[in-house]
Amino acid sequence: MHETSAAPAPAAQHHGPPTTFISKHVFSLDHKVIGLQYYGLALVAVFVGMVLSWLMRIHLGWTNAAIPGLQAISPNGAPGGVITPEYYLQLMTMHATLMVFFVLTTAPFAAFGNYFLPIQVGAEDMPFPHFNMMSFWTTLTAFCVLISAFFVSDGPPLSGWTAYAPLSAIGKVAGPGEGMGQVIWATAIGIFCIGQLLGALNFISTVLDMRCKGMTLSRLPITAWAWFITSCMGLTAFAVLMPACILLILDHVAGTSFFIPSGLVINDQLLPHSGGSTLLWQHLFWFFGHPEVYIAIVPGMGIVTHVLVTNMRRPMLSTKALLYSMWALAFLSYMVYGHHMFVSGMNPFSSLVFSFPTLMITIPSTIVVLLWIGSLYGSKLRINSASLFALGFVSMFVSGGVSGFFLAQPSLDIMLHATYFVVGHFHMVMGVAAMFGIFSGTYFWFPKMTGRMMNETLGKTHFWLTFVGTYCIFMPFHYLGMAGNVRRYASFTDDYLQRLIPLHQFITIAALFTGSVQLIFFYNLIYSRFRGPQASANPWEGTSLEWIMPSPPPWNNFGGKDPIVYHDADQYGVRTSTGADYIMQNSPESAVVVRDGD
Amino acid sequence: MATTLPPPKPDVGRPPERLEAGHNGNGGFGNLVPADGNLRALQEYSPPPSSSAIWVGIAAISMSFAAFTSALIVRQGSSTDWRHITLPSVLYLSTLLLILSSVTLEIARRRVAAFMSGQETRADVPKRWLYATLSLGVLFMVGQYLAWLQLRSQGLYLATNPNSSFFYLFTALHALHVLGGLAGLVRVTRKFGLSTLRRSTLNATSYYWHFMGVLWLYLFFLLWMKI
Amino acid sequence: MAKLLAVTIIVIAILSAIPVVMNTWKAPADISTHGHLIDNQMSDTMVEAGVSFLAAQILLAIFIWQFSSPRTDGKVKTFPGGAKGLVIAAIVLVGVEVLALGAFGSKAWAQVYFTPPGVDAMPIQVQAGQFAFYFRYPGPDGKFGPLHPEMINEGNQNLFGLDPEHDVDSRDDIVTAEMAIPVNKEIHLLMHAKDVSHSFYVPALRIHQDFVPGLDLSLHFTATQIGKYEIVCSQLCGLGHYNMRAYLEVMSPQDFDDWQKKQAAAQ
Repeated sequence: MHETSAAPAPAAQHHGPPTTFISKHVFSLDHKVIGLQYYGLALVAVFVGMVLSWLMRIHLGWTNAAIPGLQAISPNGAPGGVITPEYYLQLMTMHATLMVFFVLTTAPFAAFGNYFLPIQVGAEDMPFPHFNMMSFWTTLTAFCVLISAFFVSDGPPLSGWTAYAPLSAIGKVAGPGEGMGQVIWATAIGIFCIGQLLGALNFISTVLDMRCKGMTLSRLPITAWAWFITSCMGLTAFAVLMPACILLILDHVAGTSFFIPSGLVINDQLLPHSGGSTLLWQHLFWFFGHPEVYIAIVPGMGIVTHVLVTNMRRPMLSTKALLYSMWALAFLSYMVYGHHMFVSGMNPFSSLVFSFPTLMITIPSTIVVLLWIGSLYGSKLRINSASLFALGFVSMFVSGGVSGFFLAQPSLDIMLHATYFVVGHFHMVMGVAAMFGIFSGTYFWFPKMTGRMMNETLGKTHFWLTFVGTYCIFMPFHYLGMAGNVRRYASFTDDYLQRLIPLHQFITIAALFTGSVQLIFFYNLIYSRFRGPQASANPWEGTSLEWIMPSPPPWNNFGGKDPIVYHDADQYGVRTSTGADYIMQNSPESAVVVRDGD
Repeated sequence: MATTLPPPKPDVGRPPERLEAGHNGNGGFGNLVPADGNLRALQEYSPPPSSSAIWVGIAAISMSFAAFTSALIVRQGSSTDWRHITLPSVLYLSTLLLILSSVTLEIARRRVAAFMSGQETRADVPKRWLYATLSLGVLFMVGQYLAWLQLRSQGLYLATNPNSSFFYLFTALHALHVLGGLAGLVRVTRKFGLSTLRRSTLNATSYYWHFMGVLWLYLFFLLWMKI
Repeated sequence: MAKLLAVTIIVIAILSAIPVVMNTWKAPADISTHGHLIDNQMSDTMVEAGVSFLAAQILLAIFIWQFSSPRTDGKVKTFPGGAKGLVIAAIVLVGVEVLALGAFGSKAWAQVYFTPPGVDAMPIQVQAGQFAFYFRYPGPDGKFGPLHPEMINEGNQNLFGLDPEHDVDSRDDIVTAEMAIPVNKEIHLLMHAKDVSHSFYVPALRIHQDFVPGLDLSLHFTATQIGKYEIVCSQLCGLGHYNMRAYLEVMSPQDFDDWQKKQAAAQ
């Protein structure tokens, strides 16, 4: 019997049930709707980002390929359907910007976090629902502003998502898209930062102040901790990116020279700037940029842990060790950013200094991997789409992570900097791993969010083809890098690269294939939403608070009564009076753990 | 035999002095024993969310200004075109006004607390102090604008030289955040007038406003030292 | 299905390792004096990374295989040693491993960056601009004339912005589109960026350094094998980035003198 509190829960920022279509589905204060809105945004962004990557890959494999229909979309960028070098770079810039900001930061953190964090701490909603709603609409505005760069005369910027100055700062003399396109990009990212700061505010306040009775910090589910850690990182990282974007915009529109030194000549014209520091942009950007990649992966670590624990029917060997490791990753992430700048021209001694914490960060990463693997031992692992993707995450994180051993060392970075080795590393350890975390979370939480189960056959097919497919795409990137294949090349004209083109072609085919496979997932989402079999409140026999509510949950989560929590979320593998092997967090029943020789 | 429960106490519309049982779903642990007998786990206390949220906001704003500060330091170090400028004299006055506004805000808070607890019966006393704070805040903004005018009259615009760039940048961004603070003060004054002001709202707004003062003192010092 | 996953993981791990072990796609052969330090470091790291990679994937696969069949005994077992053992293993083993890598790797780095060029290293200036590298030799006087960026005029082939009329030292400077160097001679490369960031990457020489506008950086190296190699730009610099390259010709001293004379005559 689950107790709920005797009095109805008052709320600091209580809002009544939404009545109109607009207040229910458009301008909603409900964190669950906001979470779904973020998820929808991420879906759109990932689709666009994926199509951009297809265009890039086709061009890399077959430089003179005329892509049907592309000329109609972009007559300047692809005359006759053949992608120009500048258009390739523009596609690349937008691909990366969309993926990093609007998929990897949005889906695991903003989408799932908004939906499930208040539920998992036992709250009715976040403390500032208006700010929360604003954060989504701000993020959506940022997305629209970013996409608008495709429609200005010169197109989007071509300086990469890293937008290094002076290329990104001197205006359209630098190249197509570097005028208006770059300003639009910087504005969009600045707006995005504001959205994220508003979101982080809500997440942090939710964890600190909205926990229900009995939900001590030590009883928080690991996903709640992951979102909390991510918010703390987001708060400090995005607060540095925004100033950088402001300074960049000023260099463009106000004639300032924050990032542009004197004496630069383009097209035989001396540029009217002086005294700026090229490296300043890199320092500001990477101070944000490195925590950003942990912002992208830490929620995924939380989700995967949550899914694995539920499906292994046992807790992690040490949730505490996992948690401390995640904190260590967050903390260290601020100290390592210079490893993106080993050969940038900064003091070479600084490079050695930065490499030390970079090597050290391997330790908490290894701890989390060993904890995941070690917890599998002796477990009762259930295989379903969610747990398959969670296991795939572990494999991908290992694969992507070990290439970090190389890149952490400045001496090896001499060979590997700006090659496909780096591209393979971050795609695997951040891109694919985080995507697997998103997939795992989707298959796991879809029943709760919609009240229907996703199709398992489609889910497993999606997993198998994606798992093998992504390895086929990204493992070869490392080989290309070891052979010295420089990145961000629109095509390969150098002598030493010619023999690598067949490998690029293989990768392209794998990419097109794996991308198409995602249609299975998309179809599954839509079909199951309307025709999937009914889901119970707790189809996975989970312990955390999202499983005590009906599927889908009512607008006020717990029906106006706060739950009372007696346990942490790790009560699996226990002996109970009902014969179940788990105890939910809000059950007053005492836990009797059954292990090994019991 | 019929038993009747006493009717629930009406809400008198006063903000609670301290967190009472049931607010934000926390507190009221007296009747709850955790399954594992660890009573210490229940001691946690949940303050109103706005007080932690405002510190979160202050942290984020501080990080931004830290980033700008590092840009200033690097930019100054990397160039030979740094021309020191004298800070416009009006800034000394506007700084004083901003500090005064924090003082009046603190007085206002005490008066509001006195009013809420019934010691003070006239609503216009705290209101007066709130208005004083608002006026001083607005005067500060006017002072900033005058400072820009003073610089312009010397021929120093945004892109004239790096010092002026940073001067305008820092003062404009600070003024933007002060604008937010002013909006918060207006909201507090209105809510007080309508008797819907919560202590947590007043506290959060006050912390933010004081932070604007502290931030300005830091920026003023930075500009004075570096620019 | 779990068993299939286990097998797949192991197959993928082994297939991934094969091209590395077989050196199918490898870096160009090393032609530098310091490159062997980098190459040794690379192999050591490859062994450690490879072992970690294979061990983790295989262990993951084994546990998936072993612990996923539905079992009815209802008891969950704990990994021997529990979390403590694993955490200590991670800290100690990985800690030692990465510290070792860091310590040994810094030697290669120091060789490139912390040693000054020798006194008789040959100075050559390289200027990177959208989208070509140009080189300048000091000529018989051994001195580089000053640069005047405002005088750069590609139409007139004044690529560096030299003013031979007023600067004596510029008169004998030799400007070329390709870089030739004598074999076994230390070169002191002075790097100058004309417009945006670029990078100087010669895989065979095991050197890599960004050009930073506003900063004058330098590198030094010695080539040990005659041949023609490619210098490629590796820092995104605009639409021509993919095509920005120059050839490095390492020649015998005699051939180099001939080349230099020919270039000087063509100025």
